[in-house]
This record gives sequence, C-alpha cells and structure tokens, in this order.
Amino acid sequence: MSDKVDITLTINGRAHAIRVEPRKTLVDAIREDCGQTGTHIGCEHGVCGTCTIILDGEAIRACLMFAIQADGRQIRTVEGLADGETLSPLQQAFIDHHGLQCGFCTPGFLMLATNALEHNPNIGDDELLDVLSSNLCRCTGYQNIIKAVRAARDQMRGQAAR
Amino acid sequence: MTQGAATDDHYPSPPPSSARRVLGHAVTRIEDLPLVTGYGRYAGDINFAHQLHMRIVRSNKAHGKIISIDASAATKMPGVVAVWTNDDIADLSPIDFRADKNATGIREFRQPALANTYVRYIGDPVAAVFAEDPYVAEDAAEQVVLEIEELPVVVSASDPPGEFEPGRSSEAIVLHHSFGDIDAAFRNAHAVIELDLKTGRHSGVPLETRGAIGVYDAAKDLLELHGAAKIPHRNRETLCRMLNRGPSSLHVHESHVGGGFGIRGELYPEDLLVLVAAMRFKRPVKWIEDRHEHLMCANQGREQRHLARIAVDKDGRILGIEDEIFHDQGAYIRTHGVNVPNRTMCMMTGAYHVPAYWAKARVRLTNKTPAATYRAPGRYESTFVRSRLMDAVAAKLGLDPVEVRRRNLITADQLPYVIAFNEPGVEELEFDSGDYPALLEKALKAFRWDELQADMKHRRAAGELVGAGIAIFMEESGRGPSDNAKIKVDPDGAVELITGGASLGQGFETSMAQICAEALGVDYRRVRVIHGQTDLIDHGIGAHAARATVLTGGAVHVTATMVRAKAIEFAAELLQTPAAELDIVDGTVMRRGDEGGPSISLGDIAKRIAPGSKLLRGRDPQLAAHGWYNTDHTVFPYGVHLAVVRVDRETGKIAVERFMVAYDVGRAVNPLLIEGQLVGGCVQGLGGALSEEFVYDETGEPLSATLADYLMPTLHEVPDVEVLLTEDAPSPHHPLGLKGAGEGGINGAGGVIASAIDDALGMPGAITRLPVTPQRVRELLRKTAQQ
Repeated sequence: MSDKVDITLTINGRAHAIRVEPRKTLVDAIREDCGQTGTHIGCEHGVCGTCTIILDGEAIRACLMFAIQADGRQIRTVEGLADGETLSPLQQAFIDHHGLQCGFCTPGFLMLATNALEHNPNIGDDELLDVLSSNLCRCTGYQNIIKAVRAARDQMRGQAAR
Repeated sequence: MTQGAATDDHYPSPPPSSARRVLGHAVTRIEDLPLVTGYGRYAGDINFAHQLHMRIVRSNKAHGKIISIDASAATKMPGVVAVWTNDDIADLSPIDFRADKNATGIREFRQPALANTYVRYIGDPVAAVFAEDPYVAEDAAEQVVLEIEELPVVVSASDPPGEFEPGRSSEAIVLHHSFGDIDAAFRNAHAVIELDLKTGRHSGVPLETRGAIGVYDAAKDLLELHGAAKIPHRNRETLCRMLNRGPSSLHVHESHVGGGFGIRGELYPEDLLVLVAAMRFKRPVKWIEDRHEHLMCANQGREQRHLARIAVDKDGRILGIEDEIFHDQGAYIRTHGVNVPNRTMCMMTGAYHVPAYWAKARVRLTNKTPAATYRAPGRYESTFVRSRLMDAVAAKLGLDPVEVRRRNLITADQLPYVIAFNEPGVEELEFDSGDYPALLEKALKAFRWDELQADMKHRRAAGELVGAGIAIFMEESGRGPSDNAKIKVDPDGAVELITGGASLGQGFETSMAQICAEALGVDYRRVRVIHGQTDLIDHGIGAHAARATVLTGGAVHVTATMVRAKAIEFAAELLQTPAAELDIVDGTVMRRGDEGGPSISLGDIAKRIAPGSKLLRGRDPQLAAHGWYNTDHTVFPYGVHLAVVRVDRETGKIAVERFMVAYDVGRAVNPLLIEGQLVGGCVQGLGGALSEEFVYDETGEPLSATLADYLMPTLHEVPDVEVLLTEDAPSPHHPLGLKGAGEGGINGAGGVIASAIDDALGMPGAITRLPVTPQRVRELLRKTAQQ
C-alpha cells in the first residue's frame, strides 16, 4: 500500500497528530485514529449525511473526503457542541422534543443544523426544511427533528434579542 | 399486587395516567444524553486490543455452481491472516431457525455461513478474509477470484418454480389457513370480486449497518458476541445449538443499536463467522457491514403477490375471502422460518367479521436477497390486500368506502372475538378488547372527513387530482409466554433494573424506568435500565413483535411491586407504622399524606438490610427482587389510517398532504414515545408505499444497492403526521392494560395510500401494486388520457 503521511487533524480545538494512508477517509481517521466515535458512518457514499461534521465553518460529509485533505483545518464534531456539562440549545431541544430515537443519525443532524443556525440565525422554516432534508433518519419520521431545530432557533433568536 | 391480584389472567381496568405519578406521562428520555453528545456506543465503536477485521467475499452471480475459489493472491498480502471458504467450516451448521418447532420441511433451505457448492443470490457469502486492518481486508477480498458456472435464475415468485438444488424445487412449502364454509360463501354471494395485487420488496434499512464482534476468552472458555440486537437471549440459544456450547459459555452483548425494524439483530452468516474465527484465531474478530453489502445482504421483505377474492351480499357484507399468495422468500429461509407468510394469512381478515376464509401461501425461493420480518410483518401486506378488497366492494356495489367498512367491522359486543383456524397447530386469535367502530368514528371526526370531502370536491373542480383513503387494521403484540426482571436498590437510592429486553432506539429504557418508578415510588431518572446482556440475566425476550413494553413491562411491574412490598415491610418495622398506612414518594417511605412525618429513604432501607443485618430475622438481605410475568395471551391493539394525497398530472409525483394514525394502545406508558413510534413507522410505511423498492433485473442483479437508488423518504416527502392516540381499551390480560405500539404507524400505510391515490385519480381499483412510483402513476394517467 501507499506510504503513510503525517497530518494533524484539529478536532474541537484539539490537535491530533496522526499518520494515515492517503486513501484513508476523513471519517475513518476521526473515528479510528483520533478516537472521536461520535461521528457515525451510515453509507460511505455521501447520501445519508450521518457523518456530517463542520469543516472550516461548512457542514460537510466526512465520508467523501480524505483525511489528508483536512490536514491543518478546523474540524468540529458532535463531541464539541456542549460547553462542559451545559448542552447547546439544539442538543437540549432534541431531548425536549424527542428528536431522536436510536440516535445514530443524530450527530449528523446536530452538526447540519448547528451549521445552518450559525450561518443564518433567522433561517426561515422553508429553508430549514431544505437544509435538513439532506440527511436521512429512519426512526423519527423527521417530525420531531424539525420541531427541535425550530425550537432551538427560536430560543437562540430570543436570547440574542435580549 | 398494587391493583388487586389477577384472577385467571384477567385484570381490572387500570387507572388513567392522571392518577399516576410517572406511568403514562410524556416524560423525556433517559437514553438521550450520551446520544446527543457523541458518547453512544454502537457496534462500530466497540474495539478490542489485538482484534482482526473480517471482510466477506460475495457472489457476483445470482445462481451458480462454484467451480473454484482462488485465494492465493489474497492470502499472500501483508496483513492477511487467513481466507476461509466453506471447506474451512465444513462442520458448521447452516444458520438455524430460532424456533426449531417451525422447521418441519424447510431445513434444507437454510443458509450456510459460507456458500457450499452453490451460490444463490448476488451477495451470498463465499469467502471470509481476516486481516490486521479493515482496509487491508477489503483489498484482499478484491483479490479473491471466483469461478462460478451460471445456472438458471428465478427472480419472481409468480414464475414457475426452478430448482434450489438438483431435484429440489424452489417452492419450499405451501401453507394453509382457513375457517368457515368457504364454498357456501362464494356459492351464495351477491357479488364476487377478484384482485391481482402485489406488495413491493422493501425493508427496514436502519441507518447503522450491521456489525458483529466475536471475542473468545480461552482462560474461561467463554465466547462473546458483541454488537447484538433485538433478541440477544434467543440468539444465544440458537448459537449454542449451532456451536454445540452450553448457555453459560456463550454470551451475547447488546450496546447501542442504530435502528432495528425487525431486520437487525437476527442471526446472519457474519455473526457466526466472527465467533468461529475468534475461537480459532484466539483473537477478537470485528466485522462492520458497509452500506452496499447491507442493501444486498440484510433481510428484505414484503414481496408478495396475492390472487385475492371476496364474496359479499347485496349490502356489501363480507361472506368470505379467498387468497392465494406467492411469497417471494429470496434465496434462503432465514431465522424466522415461514413466519411472514403465516402472519400474512392469519391477520388477513383484520378487524372485520368474516364468516369464511381460505388462504394458501406458496413460499417460493428466488435468486434474490433472503426475505424475513420487517416491522409489522405480514400485516402491512395483508392490510394492503384487505383495504384493496374493501374499496373494490364499495366500487362494485356503488357504496361509500367508509360505509362498507362500517358494515363489516367487528363490534364491541362481539369481543372477545375468537378466530380459530382449521389447520392443526395454527394458533387461534382472541381479540381481547376494543371498540373498532368507535375508533373509526373518532378518527373520521378528528380528520374532519366530511369537510374534507367537500373541500376535495372544490379542488377537483379546479382541476386538481386530490383524493382521500382509509385503512383499518388489527395489530398483535405481547405474545407470551414469559419474561423476567431483576431490580436492586443501591444504598444511595439508585435503582438497577436488569431486563432481558432489548433496545433498538424505541425508548425501551425510559419506558421500563417509568413502569419501575411508578410501582416502586422513585424518580424514573434514578433507574438504570440494563438490557441485552445474557450474562446478567438468564432469560429474555428482546424487542420484537411489539413485545418489549407489554411482556418485559409486565415483568418489571411485577418485580418492582415485589421490591416495593419488601421496602414497606421493613419500613413498617423501622417506622413503627402499619404497612397499610405507608406510601413511597420520591424514593422515601412515609405515612400516606404525612410529608413532615417520620420517613426513611429506600437507600437507607437497603443499607439497613444488608447481609448480616439483625433486622432480617431469617428474611433475605438486600432491597432486591427477581420477578416473572407469565401470560398465555396475545394482546391486540387496533388502528385506523387516513390520508390525503395529491397527484401531479405532469410528473406523476404523489404528495401526501395529510396523514392520520388513530391507534388504541390500551394504556400508554409514555405518549411522547408512542407518538414517536407511530410517526416514525408511518414514514417508513410511506417509503414502502411510494418510493422504496429493491429492484432486480432479469439476471438477478440488484439495482437498488446504494442509498441513491433505494429511495427512503426525506423531510421533503413527509407530511406532518397527525396522531390520535386513544386508551379506550386496556387489555384485560395485562396488569397495566398495555398493548404494543411499535407497528401501528406502518401497518396500514400501504393500504391507505393506495386507497387515496385511487380516489385522487378517480379510478377505483387503479392501484394494484406497491410502491406507487411516479413512473407507475404516469402510466395510469396515460391510460386514462387514451380512454
């Protein structure tokens, strides 16, 4: 196989110096080499969005990138959403509105929605629907996911207005 | 017992949730915190030091004879430990049936862990590669060269059967269900209607693919399977039988499970292979399925053709139903045996009074992925068929489709309603409680059915293709015989609840914690719920067929009631107060209604009755109990689905504008979770009704082997599902009145959508096949345009 390459993945502000084959996917490196297993793998062909992370401020699918392409860039995963014991409003809203069942797609949805709300705190319901329809969930029928994201948006907007 | 002891398995009506502290309340889940913070532990997250990785080499031919398997190049690759073919596991039993009693006549159709002489579907495991690294294992698998001599392929159960092996027909078995005088029913009929109907092949497709990790501890001669799901204890039994091991030497461990839906957690070839390999290599062996494999190898379901006939009198009352079913079993018969065609036949008559019934299911093997149970197995299919028949009766007699259903529903005064089949060994059904016509009227009212008709009339006049449909169904849940639970109160007041249940994400932990907390008088968040660990409790029924809440919930209730009695017994001595005056509130025993009075916490009682305590005076130490719940009964929830669809004339696309699930669960443990189950199930059902289909070409090549081809609903395709959850008919056979809720959202989804599309197109009987894809709708629209 091809030689391994030294790279640094910065995940939730913490640098992980790892050595990977150039063909190793980013999601595999995050999970296996950096031990951050909160990001899940659902399809490995970019359809389900389960592996969604935030890379340099954009929500991306970590199964469609090689780890070496993320060398030196800023990665955010579900493990970085809470501030210590305090959950982010979105995480709390998912609990309050029963926005998850098996929880496997949840980290992907949380990262997707976090990114959307950060880009546009006033994002409208229709646009939210467009954004969130890019990920798959098999348990909830989506109803409570959209409820949770809307509630988090409204709450965050309310806090910002104060 | 808190609600009066059961006599003859017949319980008084349980109190409503308003009279309960936590049972029946919509509390948030105790499962969620690790899952929203990234600390869940799914199969892929489980690793053992020094583990090997397995990769399966799969057949690329749908049917053929193996001429050779050349693994020489793969074996030489650095990091590869071994490549196995069937020769390496020649003594190993094929994947066995869970219930051996159902195996008569079908044992020959079981799947070997690795193909033996023949391959029978694309994806059939042929060889297993074991390597130090998963990437290396995958590289090596690609180097294994298969030479397969192709044989004739059967891709449809409606086609004439072929050969499973030389001299053995691919029609594995023909099953029968019947009651009443069917000849008389058809002889005396005012009208007879015949339909040719098909349900498409689709499946659960959980977001987490399958995974299995085998670990062997040579020091203890202990074999462990991690990544298990659904039915850990029953899988252990089957594995012990196949591997010839005693139950205490093989343990199955469930961690977080990324969705089950009936298909996950059954035993598959890979589960067996990691165990055998772990023993042979004396190293842990990990296997994680990729999505492509999942869509070709995990159980699929639903594919049936029905030649159904119904006989009615002049008022549209059913005299008899006949059905010949062609059940597409795929390449092998897996762990359930022939459960799905049997469930299809026994639930066919649904909530209707049908005097005579005759059904025959031809279970036929095809060269496609094996089929088995998917959420509401046999019920989704039979409700589709029954709904199509009822709509056809309405059309034929010029009656309103709702009215035809009203006339045929079993009425409350007919309950308990027993359906006994002629065939020996076929279990009778005893519908326990309910008022099916009342639920129908409630649902119609809540959906504003009459207003809707007027509104649709206007819209149709304006050129829109809009229509509404209805489906009514029975569910079954909580089949016995037994489950058990162990509860222990720690000295700090925390409660450990060990069950033999399983969690597939449905909220099992919270539901069980609520039942335990209600009986014991503690905060449900202080209950730690264990499930899926065969080393901690010897028996368990897992989570399948909507059984968990009913059966395991029953066991938790019984056990928590025992612990409560023990706590009160000792508290009465310690507080010098008659037991009858004591209550447990928030984990503290006190005199009922005397908040400031003398009290003692459960934790303190646990401390005071530790082993050696003088208080015991011959009684067992620990604030703990192990209890059983036994029942001979199945409980029957029931539901109504209503839907409104709009058809796009140009594209054939169907928009589901509204959907209502009306469902009676007897008593709800947690309405929030039940609604989640019903809505989630409904959306899965919409997938199977409108877009999801495993398509195969005429050579048996699977054409839906990526998520870009197998189309599951996204947020864009789903309506806001309206849920009407009722608790009108608690089961008299359950101490808490519970009935299962896992399958009520999906059961009628195919039937109701077909009914609504017919109505929208103004073409009664147009929909004969699921899924109703835009292509199929366009074909129908073209036909009407030509007329």
